[in-house]
Amino acid sequence: MSERQPFAPWTDPGADPLIRFDRVTKRFGDFTAVEAVDLAIYQGEFFSLLGASGCGKTTLLRMLAGFETPSEGRIFIDGVDVSAVPPYERPVNMMFQSYALFPHMSVEQNVAFGLRQDGMPKARIKDKVRDVLDLVRMTGFAGRRPHQLSGGQRQRVALARCLAKEPKVLLLDEPLAALDRKLREQTQLELVGIQDRVGITFVMVTHDQGEAMTMSSRIGVMNTGHIRQIGTPVDIYEYPTSRFVADFIGAANMFDGTVTGGGDGRLTVACPELGHDIAVDYSGALAAGAPVTVMVRPEKMAVSRERPVEGMNWTEGGIADMAYLGDVSVYHVRLESGHKIEVLRTNLRHSGDRPPDWDDRVFVSWHPANALVLTR
Amino acid sequence: MKRNGLLLYTALALAYAFLYLPIVLMVIYSFNASRLVTVWGGFSTKWYGELLHDDKVLDAAWLSLKVAVTNATLSTILGTLAAVVLVRFRRFPGRTLFGGMVAAPLVMPEIITGLAMLLLFVAMEETLGWPAGRSMTTIVIAHVTFSLSFVTVVVQSRLSQMDVSLEEAAMDLGARPLKVFLAITLPIISPALLAGWLLAFTLSIDDVVISAFVSGPGATPLPIVIYSKVRLGVSPEINALATIVVALVGVAIAVAGRMTLRRERNG
Amino acid sequence: MSRFRRLGRFLVALPPYAWLVVFFLIPCLIVFKISLSEAQQGIPPYLPLVDWAAEAGTRLRVNLGNYGYLFGDELYAAAYLGSLRLAGISTLCCLLIGYPAAYAIARAPGAWRHSLLLLVALPFWTSFLIRVYAWIGILKTEGLLNGLLLWLGIITEPLQILQTNLAVVIGMVYSYLPFMVLPLYANLEKMDLSLLEAAADLGCRPFRAFLAVTLPLSVPGIIAGSVLVFVPAVGEFVIPDLLGGPDTLMIGKVLWAEFFDNRDWPVASAVAVAMLVLLVAPVMVFQHIQHKRAEATR
Repeated sequence: MSERQPFAPWTDPGADPLIRFDRVTKRFGDFTAVEAVDLAIYQGEFFSLLGASGCGKTTLLRMLAGFETPSEGRIFIDGVDVSAVPPYERPVNMMFQSYALFPHMSVEQNVAFGLRQDGMPKARIKDKVRDVLDLVRMTGFAGRRPHQLSGGQRQRVALARCLAKEPKVLLLDEPLAALDRKLREQTQLELVGIQDRVGITFVMVTHDQGEAMTMSSRIGVMNTGHIRQIGTPVDIYEYPTSRFVADFIGAANMFDGTVTGGGDGRLTVACPELGHDIAVDYSGALAAGAPVTVMVRPEKMAVSRERPVEGMNWTEGGIADMAYLGDVSVYHVRLESGHKIEVLRTNLRHSGDRPPDWDDRVFVSWHPANALVLTR
Repeated sequence: MKRNGLLLYTALALAYAFLYLPIVLMVIYSFNASRLVTVWGGFSTKWYGELLHDDKVLDAAWLSLKVAVTNATLSTILGTLAAVVLVRFRRFPGRTLFGGMVAAPLVMPEIITGLAMLLLFVAMEETLGWPAGRSMTTIVIAHVTFSLSFVTVVVQSRLSQMDVSLEEAAMDLGARPLKVFLAITLPIISPALLAGWLLAFTLSIDDVVISAFVSGPGATPLPIVIYSKVRLGVSPEINALATIVVALVGVAIAVAGRMTLRRERNG
Repeated sequence: MSRFRRLGRFLVALPPYAWLVVFFLIPCLIVFKISLSEAQQGIPPYLPLVDWAAEAGTRLRVNLGNYGYLFGDELYAAAYLGSLRLAGISTLCCLLIGYPAAYAIARAPGAWRHSLLLLVALPFWTSFLIRVYAWIGILKTEGLLNGLLLWLGIITEPLQILQTNLAVVIGMVYSYLPFMVLPLYANLEKMDLSLLEAAADLGCRPFRAFLAVTLPLSVPGIIAGSVLVFVPAVGEFVIPDLLGGPDTLMIGKVLWAEFFDNRDWPVASAVAVAMLVLLVAPVMVFQHIQHKRAEATR
């Protein structure tokens, strides 16, 4: 494992993307579903489009499949402009949210449907169907009808039907939304495993950030028809580039302030809500007086009854709310300014030191390296 | 609550009695040897014999059957196309007019449809020389015109319930639009096509008013023959004919019921 | 959209579109045209609307006299009102019989519902004409009903039921009852029963709950069923002709008489146009409103 190169073709400026959106806009009447999107996805990626419903992610996927034509801009797959190519001529297959298994056909006929359209000889179709059913562990179900299958089995058949065509890109529209939670978590890893084995590029649409984080090589966060940020799960979570992304992915404490000074890779920011200046690591250059937002994730803060050590940022307040979740406890600390901070505390020990409790005055502290400056 | 339930089921039973008693009485009296309704002259099947030797009735029945099958088939084809247009084509020139023309025959009194059809045929004969007189062709055309709307409604409701992603999936897997329609859409909506066909068949074989306008001496469908007999009063022969119709419908429904039951079981 | 797909769509739309234009729209226009022309003895029994041969060039000869005739003669207004009245009474009777039936079916055990519903729809598949005919034997003076009543001693003289408006109403209720029950059932069956439980929980007795919850919620079903019964009943011809008497005035019968007995095609056409305007126009408006409402709530 140690000699394995990290998979990151997007960092290679010489690499050609498999899929490229070039200033793609889609309007339905007066409504703009997708606006001027630029996007490059590389061979072998598991790319997720993440966003709330109505953000344009499904429209983007349907344009890639060929069900919608862009109002403006062009889409390239493997260097070919496919903007006007109908779905039945695209080297792309889609797994539908409803799975869209043909109810009047058996599992085998469903999987063979796409191959028959390509005019593949019967004997080869048979082999191919068996192979993909093996791959998704549905070997014994070839003769069943879709309504005789469970939700999870249907999902596998839908996947097999797409894989059989060996597309250049496989599109997944909320592939796990119809499964219950336990099955969903198990299937997430399985899908990634299958993708790894077949080496096909996957593009998935989801509104579930946990799902996107678990499965994706990169995530595109969408909002009101725009892609707000593209990056690996770590990038998106640790280094969001905007308030929107910071707020959308995970929980975030944000403090508005103005830069009062800096240098040496560190800024000093005055935050009225905290009552005093705080220090933040920042590699760029910002002039004094510039308005910024400082973001700190709840798990990167500590809550304690003791005053923190020198060099840490800190503030103090009363406990407004607390919840014990087993592995962690969540504290909501209300500052004198009225601002509330969310802090996670890992429950490391069985008992021992008494955790902060109602009525305690508490200090919240964090290291300057664990805070992030957002200028947007 | 118990008493309410009893009241409710009594009402239901009375409604069924109201619906079925006349039919049952008709069936019983078709075996009455006497010509009089109120007199029971003993069991007899002579009216059936008379009916089966009445060439006029037999010819009319044969014509009605031919008309009904042709009408049902044509209406199903045209009605299905119309349903596809209404459900799948969101915008095209003249959509409102088309929707109106499909819906109008549903609420149009038959007597007006009949009148309009006849006036059209007269005008066409005058200017084009076709159709010459009233014939099976004119009856079929008139029947298709009003049946196709009913088929459209039936197919339309099934089609609009169908998951569009099934068609998209087929297209995504490489099937062209025509192939998608034949391999996916048609099999899935086939129960609606069958229902539409049966509906069109029934409407046609049952129609009096429109046929009265567009049929002629050379082509008289069964309902017109029955109608002219009925106008003269009760006739035991018609009782016998009615019994045969009821029996045929009963058998057809039993078979259809069996088939759906089996399909549900095999699923 | 590619040119090829456009052509495909055109080919799909063409057959039904062309059929309806030629065999539905044009005939309606012809009826309208003839309603404006003058009657004559001969074949066809009306004068052309456009006189090509006139010396003063082409001349349009519009004759509103047929419509004037409709308004002038009380017979037509009486027939139209008679149709509305009989259709209205029949619709009301259908509702009174059909509502409890639909309600009972909707509340019946699940396994029974399908069969019970089929029993309601079944008579529709047997001949309409034969079902109307069956009532002649029952209702006529020496018929089964009178026989039964005489035998029971309820009456001493046979009643004249056939050839009265009562017989027409019976026939119409009998023929159109399924059209009332089916939409009502569809509506009542969909209703969330927990609403009634909630009403009971809030202290509402069953009958009050029915009046306060079930009935208002079933209004769409009542409207749909009533339209399905009322509309064909207004234009009905066979039932009044077979079961009604000489004083049964209905617009369908009048049209028939003008056309077949008087051979006055222009007046028959004018009757048809008037009937359409008075009957179909409100239905179209109703449908339009429903459509708008459905779109608004979506």
